[in-house]
Amino acid sequence: MTATRPAAAPRFPAPRFSQSVWLVAQREMSMKLRSKAFLISTGILMLAVLASVVIGGLVGGMSSAPKVSVVEGSSVASTVQAIQGLDVRVAPSTDAAEALVRDGTVDAAVLGADTGAGASGASPFTVVALDSAPTAVVQALSVAPTVQLLEPSDQNPLIVYFVALAFGLVFFMSAITFGTTIAQSVVEEKQTRVVEILLSTISARALLAGKVLGNSLLAFGQIAAIAILAGIGLLISGQTALLGSLGPSIIWFVVFFVFGFVLLASLFAATAALVSRQEDIGSVTSPVMMLVMIPYFLVIFFNDNALVLGIMSYVPFSAPVGMPMRLFLGTAEWWEPLISLVVLVVVTAGVIVLGSRIYANSLLRTGARVKLRDALRG
Amino acid sequence: MLEVANVSRSFGGRRALDDVSFTVGDGRMTGFVGGNGAGKTTTMRIILGVLSSDAGSVSLDGRALTPADRALFGYMPEERGLYPKMKVAEQIVYLGRLHGMSRAAATTNTERLLDSLELGERAGDTVESLSLGNQQRAQIAAALVHEPEVLVLDEPFSGLDPIAVETVQGVLVEYAARGVPVLFSSHQLDIVERICDDLVVIAGGSVRASGSKEELQSRHGGSRYEIELSDDAGWLRDVDGVTVVDFDGGYALFEVQGGQADAVVQRVLAEALQHGAVRRFAPEHLSLTQIFKEVIR
Repeated sequence: MTATRPAAAPRFPAPRFSQSVWLVAQREMSMKLRSKAFLISTGILMLAVLASVVIGGLVGGMSSAPKVSVVEGSSVASTVQAIQGLDVRVAPSTDAAEALVRDGTVDAAVLGADTGAGASGASPFTVVALDSAPTAVVQALSVAPTVQLLEPSDQNPLIVYFVALAFGLVFFMSAITFGTTIAQSVVEEKQTRVVEILLSTISARALLAGKVLGNSLLAFGQIAAIAILAGIGLLISGQTALLGSLGPSIIWFVVFFVFGFVLLASLFAATAALVSRQEDIGSVTSPVMMLVMIPYFLVIFFNDNALVLGIMSYVPFSAPVGMPMRLFLGTAEWWEPLISLVVLVVVTAGVIVLGSRIYANSLLRTGARVKLRDALRG
Repeated sequence: MLEVANVSRSFGGRRALDDVSFTVGDGRMTGFVGGNGAGKTTTMRIILGVLSSDAGSVSLDGRALTPADRALFGYMPEERGLYPKMKVAEQIVYLGRLHGMSRAAATTNTERLLDSLELGERAGDTVESLSLGNQQRAQIAAALVHEPEVLVLDEPFSGLDPIAVETVQGVLVEYAARGVPVLFSSHQLDIVERICDDLVVIAGGSVRASGSKEELQSRHGGSRYEIELSDDAGWLRDVDGVTVVDFDGGYALFEVQGGQADAVVQRVLAEALQHGAVRRFAPEHLSLTQIFKEVIR
């Protein structure tokens, strides 16, 4: 008994490549967003970024004006009160002014030089402090010589350090978090063998592209949220000057991150496809981990070394951290980020081609670790 | 009709498939049997395009298969796998959509399938929380959700209890009745014997026998007959050209040899009627297990 075959036209048209990719990406994102660990750690990261920016601003604002005391009606009182940047308290006597220093109400008492053994031509002030010379007060009372810098740096070195740390840390955290997610997701499909059903439905390229896209979108979302939060934090704590100088670097950072992350994501997926068990992910992805960690350490230790930063800003793996750093320092010409971006995009495209080859050739080889050479040859 | 023609495949010098050819007719439940390592899974993977063949071709209705054709296949791989942390229904809907279904169509089919597989109550549970038998049913739903036009199932009955076997069997037979070619492998030969229309026996990477179940049974059981009489059947031993294989009072199993086999059989029947009532007289019914053992020898 031979029944007639159903109509030749398929009941459901095969999905286009882009549709398959988007379905896979959606699944990746919804599974990640359902993970409580991910949501909580993201929340903590966001709070930490906002808190550090706001608290940094508040602390900086509070320490601005040192407090001093002067004796009422003394020769220096009116002079000191006229100096900007000092918070002046008036005391009835010299003893009372010194008492304010002792009980910590003020940083120092400023007395006239004539009460001591002042020599002619010396400072008209005597500064009385508790146990160490109050630098801020002394600076406010001093006449500073004119300083001319031959190579002026726009930025305070401490801020440079923190900006370097922030770029390095955010890239590092994000790349590790989502890179590991991709690696686990690839191995999960191999380990549970669901990959065989998937590959009988869609191509390995669509599967890989969907994974990279889904996790990249989440990573970009996280980075963008951090960038916006940092901007809001700078605004509400009144640090608009820093926001102005940091803004362009942050935008370039996000642009470089987009391509840099896709590059790393493809590498994570390709290397993870070589193994079949979650336990083996660590060892097989460690070279990729190195590529993520090295820029992080370099930017922290060498953020004041123009040569190292210069090289970093062109090497594709470190460019997302190196180039924004140089832009912040003002040491990069306007065309440099564009060239570096082209290098990054070309390398990323090449890695995607190689990565998808390794991925497609390794997916169905379960059991022992697949040798890289076999995976490339197919 | 699904046709596998002259397919060969080697793994690093070891020949896993050697010139394998067979067909799976429309609406035919085709059992694919063979020992461990005989090449069943490799053949199925090649049909699905998950694995490439060194030589030979797979065609559907005379046309070489394209990836778009294969998207219309329903496949259940030997190594089971679904996402452990995804919910059953959600997962099957996802697989349906990967096959190009709309969300609504995939949802409708998923609900219907889970109900007919008696898994409807567990639709909202994660796969990892199901028992192995229920995971197996979910796996079958995953292979059927997109209303495939060809079904290739590797060991669909393994790990199922007898009731579940009947449920799954019912679903598959219903599919075949729609005119879908169904190829399934199994080690449980009694189930295969019960439900298959056609049979392909593979051993050592090559097809040893294929055809309809009745054809194979008559081809391999041709020379033996069973007879059951009301009286003693001892006289059979004296009939020319007959060798009694088994004997128990009124029952005898005998073999006829030589070119005159048909004539000898007729003579035996005529003589039996003279000795008394004949309760049964038939070619020996060979179980699939017996045929299988004989074929792969």
